Amino acid sequence: MKAFLILEDGTVFEGIHIGADREIISEIVFNTSMAGYLEVLTDPSYAGQAVCMTYPLIGNYGICKDDMESLKPWPDGLLVRELSRIPSNFRCDLSIQQFLEENNVPGVAGIDTRALTKILREKGTMNGMITTNENFVLEEILPEIKKYVTGKVVERVSCKEKFVVPPSLTLEQNGPLSGEAKFDSGLYGSGGREGRPSLVKELNGVGLRVALLDLGAKDNIARSLAERGCEVTVYPCSTSAEEIIASNPDGIMLSNGPGDPKECEDIIREIRKLYDTDIPIFAICLGHQLMALATGADTYKMKYGHRGGNHPVKDLQTGRVYISSQNHGYVVDMDKLDPKVAVPAFINVNDGTNEGLAYTGKNIFTVQYHPESCPGPQDSRYLFDRFIRMMRGDAGEGLLDTPGNQ
Amino acid sequence: MPKNPNVKRVMVIGSGPIVIGQAAEFDYAGTQACRSLKEEGVEVILVNSNPATIMTDKDIADKVYIEPLTVKVLEQIIEKEKPDSILPTLGGQAGLNLGMELEESGFLAAHGVTLLGTTAATIRNAEGRQEFKDLMERIGEPCAASKVVENLEDGIDFTNSIGYPVVLRPAYTLGGSGGGIAHNQAELEEILENGLRLSRVGQVLVERCIAGWKEIEYEVMRDSAGNCITVCNMENIDPVGVHTGDSIVVAPSQTLSDKEYQMLRTSALNIINELRITGGCNVQFALHPTSFEYCVIEVNPRVSRSSALASKATGYPIAKVAAKIALGYTLDEIKNAITQKTYASFEPTLDYCVVKLPRLPFDKFITAKRTLTTQMKATGEVMSICDSFEGALMKAIRSLEQHVDCLLSYDFSGLSVEELEKRLKVVDDQRIWVIAEAIRKGISYETIHNITMIDVWFIDKIAILVEMEQALRTQELTVPLLKEAKRIEFPDNVIARLTGKREEEIKKLRYDNGIRAAYKMVDTCAAEFAASTPYYYSVYGGECEARETRGRKKVLVLGSGPIRIGQGIEFDYCSVHATWAFSKAGYETIIINNNPETVSTDFDIADKLYFEPLTPEDVESIVNIEKPDGAVVQFGGQTAIKLTESLMKMGVPILGTKAEDVDAAEDRELFDKILEETQIPRAAGGTVYTAEEAKEVANRLGYPVLVRPSYVLGGQGMQIAISDAEIEEFMAIINRIAQDHPILVDKYLQGKEIEVDAVCDGRDILIPGIMEHIERTGVHSGDSISVYPAPTIGRLIKEKIAEYTRRLAKALHVKGLINIQFIAIGEDVYVIEVNPRSSRTVPYISKVTGIPIVDLATEVIIGKTIRELGYEPGLQPEAEYYAIKMPVFSFEKIRGAEISLGPEMKSTGECLGIARDFNEALYKAFLGAGVSLPKYKNMIITVKDADKGEAIEIGRRFEKLGYTIYATRSTAAALNEAGVKARKVNKISQESPTVMDLILGHKIDLVIDTPTQGRDKSRDGFLIRRTAIETGVHCITAMDTAKALVTSLENASNDLTLVDVAKL
Repeated sequence: MKAFLILEDGTVFEGIHIGADREIISEIVFNTSMAGYLEVLTDPSYAGQAVCMTYPLIGNYGICKDDMESLKPWPDGLLVRELSRIPSNFRCDLSIQQFLEENNVPGVAGIDTRALTKILREKGTMNGMITTNENFVLEEILPEIKKYVTGKVVERVSCKEKFVVPPSLTLEQNGPLSGEAKFDSGLYGSGGREGRPSLVKELNGVGLRVALLDLGAKDNIARSLAERGCEVTVYPCSTSAEEIIASNPDGIMLSNGPGDPKECEDIIREIRKLYDTDIPIFAICLGHQLMALATGADTYKMKYGHRGGNHPVKDLQTGRVYISSQNHGYVVDMDKLDPKVAVPAFINVNDGTNEGLAYTGKNIFTVQYHPESCPGPQDSRYLFDRFIRMMRGDAGEGLLDTPGNQ
Repeated sequence: MPKNPNVKRVMVIGSGPIVIGQAAEFDYAGTQACRSLKEEGVEVILVNSNPATIMTDKDIADKVYIEPLTVKVLEQIIEKEKPDSILPTLGGQAGLNLGMELEESGFLAAHGVTLLGTTAATIRNAEGRQEFKDLMERIGEPCAASKVVENLEDGIDFTNSIGYPVVLRPAYTLGGSGGGIAHNQAELEEILENGLRLSRVGQVLVERCIAGWKEIEYEVMRDSAGNCITVCNMENIDPVGVHTGDSIVVAPSQTLSDKEYQMLRTSALNIINELRITGGCNVQFALHPTSFEYCVIEVNPRVSRSSALASKATGYPIAKVAAKIALGYTLDEIKNAITQKTYASFEPTLDYCVVKLPRLPFDKFITAKRTLTTQMKATGEVMSICDSFEGALMKAIRSLEQHVDCLLSYDFSGLSVEELEKRLKVVDDQRIWVIAEAIRKGISYETIHNITMIDVWFIDKIAILVEMEQALRTQELTVPLLKEAKRIEFPDNVIARLTGKREEEIKKLRYDNGIRAAYKMVDTCAAEFAASTPYYYSVYGGECEARETRGRKKVLVLGSGPIRIGQGIEFDYCSVHATWAFSKAGYETIIINNNPETVSTDFDIADKLYFEPLTPEDVESIVNIEKPDGAVVQFGGQTAIKLTESLMKMGVPILGTKAEDVDAAEDRELFDKILEETQIPRAAGGTVYTAEEAKEVANRLGYPVLVRPSYVLGGQGMQIAISDAEIEEFMAIINRIAQDHPILVDKYLQGKEIEVDAVCDGRDILIPGIMEHIERTGVHSGDSISVYPAPTIGRLIKEKIAEYTRRLAKALHVKGLINIQFIAIGEDVYVIEVNPRSSRTVPYISKVTGIPIVDLATEVIIGKTIRELGYEPGLQPEAEYYAIKMPVFSFEKIRGAEISLGPEMKSTGECLGIARDFNEALYKAFLGAGVSLPKYKNMIITVKDADKGEAIEIGRRFEKLGYTIYATRSTAAALNEAGVKARKVNKISQESPTVMDLILGHKIDLVIDTPTQGRDKSRDGFLIRRTAIETGVHCITAMDTAKALVTSLENASNDLTLVDVAKL
């Protein structure tokens, strides 16, 4: 069956329909990762967007449920050059076609994804419609497409009730951890299945309790802490700061998440209260942006964002460069930072935009990129160790503890 | 970190002659690195014995020494040039080994020279088997159970403890020389013994066999600050067991999930960090196909064949960045040359699929075993880029120029299911064709996978191609079907064959329906950033990013495709220089080529690079967009020449010598007419199609005769026949492939072989010099030792040659280059062959005469005259130096290959010996080719009767040098009779000890074995020669070569004079 992607500028791509038979309007973004399409699909930060994968061959290894970063796919649609006819991998549970159908995600295959990417690069991220209706009338639907806004999506992706992820106490076997709510037993198994080597070298987090504010968290954030021995309590995004503070955690983690950070006024207010405590805080992506907004900084929407696994970020303190996993369309405005509150700690080597902040006089550091990877490079996993040392109150909290820096 | 200010004079070590496992990729890397160093104001002193390289040009380096790559020579150069640093990681394993020897001996320290980039300690850790294993153990990176052994007994003991099969890998060798898999003790003994001998340090790694696992490679960069990135990962379609150089490789990996991809990426970074490599590095992994278990196979702490491939596959210039890192820069300080927006610390991401196919030499060595093992056999490779795997594979297949254009090109349809399943077990260069046939016969993916261990994903992709064949055969050719066939890159001629239509009809149907190739850019970033470097590949069904450019005149330069015996790096040298010369003359230049190892496919050589197959259809698609003002074909070897007719049909003017004149040189009748007109004699002969006709001509001329196909390079299929029976045999071999052109049968004349390259502007000619071959006619010119200036011919002959060259060039209306081979017998000169195009000797003769032949030829093509270019026409004055080009062979890599020299070319590369004195030049040439004698001063002579007279003289001279001579019965008798002491040894068939035992005893320096008349049918001779080669004994099969060798040994000197070629 034919399917179409219609962009708000009137460009029409014709391809073959994949996944669910459903018409959607969404914000179209592209991701440049060559592997990890399942992690992309199950990253809640993509809620409210449809993703175009720039790598042309998608679905080659099928769906390995272990690798899901949440319980379901979140993007409204998927755009690919070619969907593999058969999946091939020893862990494969089902094909990507089945996965999309089962989860009601529509998509288009066979389109010139490079041409699409170039349009988004030149004109900026824009809205688009995925449809199988051949008889569309552009003049009628373009206003509809333009009207779409992502809106408040954090509530949609956050867990509804708090739950606890217990520490996994051996290095050899990192799971399965029995979680509740969205963490069903299968999900945490990936660390241990068939001896996948853990990256964790020491259980330095044993005895520490972390409160994770779920703004659309990828599972690997909690997993990375649990692997190090921490007990992680995951809170819904609507949780009050008071409740979290009352639980007396050793540290607070603010997760990634979807949408425009400025839409999250309520959460920002609560985060400001967390800032005012002395509890160590580590924030990722949306969490990083919300902390910035909570402390008087500003964010703006980038032309087409950073989504992929190949961007270099520079640690301004050490000068070291790490390849990072990225997924963001908004960024903290460095020009409007008050150095008395926060200073840039990481920048993107390519475009010089902000990739992380260190909060002056506080045990708080935040990053725009994804140290939990999945998908993408694992170079920045050391930041979890740094957070743990911060929680332990170790002096200097190891800013210089960077891999390979001997 | 900014540039290290102490680095001002850097010595760069090249990789020497092209051999299997170490080819053009090091010219590409070295050239790129030298340009990168010069860009930084660093003075570059280059040493490489290979004169065919671009890196040995005076515009690439400041001082150029084309000298033998030995420690002694390098020490002399260091003493003379006083570099402050030395960069050894660009010259392959050869360069790295030399750098290490200089460091280990303390010479570098004593002379205040620093090893740039990766340190010696790191190299030892990465290259030394035990050190590497220990290090991996320390950082928890798994290696297959293994042990380094230094003798046979330890190897057997260890293998018994871990069980068969085991893999054997000698330390410090190229291309896995001497490695292999042993399934039992007999095999173990054979391979291990060979490996111990080949290893520079006498060590072999015996390792648990992980054959059948996925083989995955990562190209990694690290700077001195510890920043690391991976440039690219690659998946070998052939699982572990086939050398990656012989494997079909795809980039990026296709069957790895992000978990596996990142697990191995992190491992690669851990390793490069722990080794503290500064520069580029290649890490090879074996990944268990059904678990997360993996093993590190090996690490190459230098640029490599894989890094050249990764550079071309991603657009990330690894060698250039490695050179900058060596100077002290960090990755985030080096701009990405393609985007100009990002930095070298950005990991390339691909939005296309890359397939590399090896170019294997079994069409040259028809007796050789085709099986692929851990010992690399490919002489070159092709790469293709497409947005689908199927398309990339199809493009790569037709880029090979081995008479294959689809998965039907090797016919296995006669095999039954059982036979096919058996055939699938054979791992050779035809395996994907066998898989295709297995799919056609309905053998399940699972069965194919279980036998081959090739991932099912790839098998399915082959099945998609097979299904398309079937659809084209059975269905009506609708527009959607044609679109889909083109999407997966079925060429028009294959579609025509399958649908029973004509190629023209298919093309028309395509054009009528707007089905045309579109071009996408390789930009390192999947279109995330705008790129400024036009490096293109084609796809069907998409927006075209290539735009016709106007303004300047535009020239299309056709490259020479994969490196193969007979058409090597020399033609890339010519293509690149022609491109530069056109550029200098104000032209916009476009290169089409498909070889990832070469300089010509570096994205900053031409204004535009199309990485595409060199077939008429692929070229036409580019021509349709670019509409060039002309094309040059005379620099790209036979690959480009073959496209002449098609280009003319497309309406592209051929610049320089016209197509009909090229034809006249190849077409027997036309050429005979020209010879008649110009009154130049040649050996009598005729053209034939069948064996009957050939026999008739041969008998008319009288044996021996020379039999050869026309329009080939490197004497492919050329043989000297002495009987009707041989004619039948050779004709059958030639006609295995349908011949478009007649076969030539000529009277074989024996005399001195002379070669000239000349430039002709249509009126005047310029002959830089005359070369004389040491071997008399009968040995292919590419396999002969070539001497400039010609040492033994007189003035009269030289004048005659110059005059004949002038006449031929004029008669053929040559504009540009011409290469002619002559035979001189007494005062007579006969022409053997005329090639109105560039030749193998052009780079060599350009360098030693200081006359930039390709640049001049290009200027002439554009319209300048030789006089306008400042040259007096005619034969140029002879240089004050003797420059001797020595062929280099890779026989030890190709099991079962016949090594005796004949009219068909067999050498893979060449080196140069240059000196004021002929004998010293000759000594250097042998030394450069790896002949470092004497060692034991024992030799074996076994020659055919006709050579006995010469053998006596040669034997006498070796005896004088202190050699003990062993000889087989009749040779020994002849020698002793003439007063040369020779010990008689038994033939192989006789009782022990035989000549074989003697060779295997490892105390022999040299075997001189001339095959009996014609093609040697004697199993004995073949065995002796193979055994010699495989045990590292020099084996000479022509008396002239033997004479030259003894001359060189008589004049051996430890103190060589050095020649800076840049000053010539």
